[in-house]
Amino acid sequence: MAMKIGNEKFKDNVNKQMEDTFMRGAVAGAQERLRTRRLDAAEELGNWEEWRSHGEEIRQHTLDNLDYYLQELSENLQKRGGHVFFAATAEEANDYVKGIVKEKRAKKILKAKSMVTEEIGLNDVLQQEGCDVIETDLGEYILQLDEHDPPSHIVTPALHKNKEQIKDVFTEKLEYKLTSKPEELALHAREKLREEFLQADIGITGCNFAIAESGSVGLVTNEGNAGMVSDLPDTQICVMGMERIVPTFEEFEVLVGLLTRSAVGQKLTSYITALTGPRTAEEVDGPSEFHLVIVDNGRSGILGTEFQSVLQCIRCAACINVCPVYRHIGGHSYNSIYPGPIGAVLTPLLGGYDDFKELPYASTLCGACTDACPVKIPLHTLLHQHRQVIVEREGRAPISEKLAMKAFGLGASSNQLYAAGSKMANSVMKPFTKDETISKGPGPLKAWTEIRDFPAPNKERFRDWFKQHDKERDDA
Amino acid sequence: MKVTLFATCIVDMFQSDVGIATVEVLERLGCEIVFPTGQVCCGQPAYNSGYVEDAKKAMKKMIATFEDAEVIVTPSGSCATMFKEYQHVFKDDPVWRPRAERLAEKTYELTEFIVDVLKVEDVGAKLDGIATYHPSCHMTRLLGVKDAPMKLLSHVEGLEMQPLPNAQNCCGFGGTFAVKMGNISEQMVDEKVDSVSETKASYLIGADGGCLMNIGGRMQRRDKPVKVMHIAEVLNSR
Repeated sequence: MAMKIGNEKFKDNVNKQMEDTFMRGAVAGAQERLRTRRLDAAEELGNWEEWRSHGEEIRQHTLDNLDYYLQELSENLQKRGGHVFFAATAEEANDYVKGIVKEKRAKKILKAKSMVTEEIGLNDVLQQEGCDVIETDLGEYILQLDEHDPPSHIVTPALHKNKEQIKDVFTEKLEYKLTSKPEELALHAREKLREEFLQADIGITGCNFAIAESGSVGLVTNEGNAGMVSDLPDTQICVMGMERIVPTFEEFEVLVGLLTRSAVGQKLTSYITALTGPRTAEEVDGPSEFHLVIVDNGRSGILGTEFQSVLQCIRCAACINVCPVYRHIGGHSYNSIYPGPIGAVLTPLLGGYDDFKELPYASTLCGACTDACPVKIPLHTLLHQHRQVIVEREGRAPISEKLAMKAFGLGASSNQLYAAGSKMANSVMKPFTKDETISKGPGPLKAWTEIRDFPAPNKERFRDWFKQHDKERDDA
Repeated sequence: MKVTLFATCIVDMFQSDVGIATVEVLERLGCEIVFPTGQVCCGQPAYNSGYVEDAKKAMKKMIATFEDAEVIVTPSGSCATMFKEYQHVFKDDPVWRPRAERLAEKTYELTEFIVDVLKVEDVGAKLDGIATYHPSCHMTRLLGVKDAPMKLLSHVEGLEMQPLPNAQNCCGFGGTFAVKMGNISEQMVDEKVDSVSETKASYLIGADGGCLMNIGGRMQRRDKPVKVMHIAEVLNSR
């Protein structure tokens, strides 16, 4: 699996997903919980708008000086004995990791949660090399056991599954014999994973934020699995998107606070870890070899464009948790590991319009995403920007729509045309009208009236009434 | 005060009653209403679909039409937001940008104008029954007008307001979204209709014609006995 998770058309995907009433109930419930917790956490902290502006400023500054901070990060990590590899593409990143695996003759690889390794399809590559690759984040572990079901959310990847479904997966794959109680399920997974940790040759993690001043990789988790993945195996590999970096620990603290509050409504998660290179002579644990793979894979192409602000993203999913479209269609509809508003902006940039040009239209531009974003990415504006690029720069809009919009431009800029059109509307629509209502409309109205009634145009337009009103007023 | 009315194309063509109510309420509050007949649509349908160049024709027409107005008032949060968006659309245009900025400065949504400019919260309206209010997305989030409608409604004699569950969620209109992604829109508007039913309200009140057309059209199709009213009509009830 890489970023693209299926070959179905967006529309077919949506229709299929919307039939899944369980998924929809789970998503709606999760949205309620996460939204409320986020708002409570923001209120408890106070001055939330100022924190958001501060977060935005940090992200913008870092992106504007990305080359400088990446250089600093790389130099500092190398000073501590770590290896750094800049991968321009997914293939280069995967090849580099594959090279380490071969050199170490590694068989068992343990992973902590990482969206960028999903994006580049690292697991598939390593499995083809004959490795046993095991996800250790509970959500990811469940999905992996369930025949590599793709994630439907960037923070809670198994959001679309309930405990009964999880129990069934465990029963079939892990010889599980207990009930669907979450505590029992989690304990069983924990026991299984402990055995795996002890046998792992290589541990692979993602990176929430790298810290340039010290050459560290910062990880934010609740289950503690990332600590096991990075401490126990002798070789450690971190894979990070090239924009996931902060200048110093001071900015790290601000962004972690925004991330944990926005993602799950927590002041802090259970574990916040900063890994800095391999173990030193004085240290008793940690890997003897440490690699950092910095992945571009299309990101530098976004820098300097009207879409640059999307790289401010700290992957908290607050936009996903408030999106009224995601609420009904779920994560898998987007055909990308990045769903929801952030996915609808990012996926077409990384994966191209050929496969993903519908995504920017899967929004009412209601602005809930923009409002929720802790680093003030203008998400709905970027969705609109995509539409403009698709229509005006790429010329990919359907011809009928183009003509309709040309006509709109003409009609809306000419008094005579608008006046004539609006005056005729009532009589033109007469054959379709009953009791002032159109319930089966022609042409573009058809799609509207398939699900709702449409009002008949006024017999007397407002402007006609006003003309009369004005006259009466002047006469009086 | 002399008020130039931007009625919106939806009101002009489909909801005359909303326009009439707007005029009557404002006149009662001592305003003199002017309606420039050169006004057309604000350009939002084309703009939101990505046809910015086509939409600019409508925008320029509107900027020129409303150039001489002292204040512009419109009974739509979404169309008011669009007027304020023009300055960003023309950000690189030395001629149209300042004109668009002046347009933005003097544009008000109806309830915002009554509460913040006229400083009136009780317009003397009277309407018996239970009602719920749908806060439209562009008006609350993009224009930032959240409290004014509630302040005005709280003073309507005889009206009991019930909170709308999940009020913050979009109704599924989104302009061309309603037809382009009709299947998703249907699920969204159905959830909104169900939320309205849950309140047991007899009136659904809103401040944006597009959203009301969407929710109202679906309620009518589903035979829901709820009357849809624009806030101007409520404020004009005696």
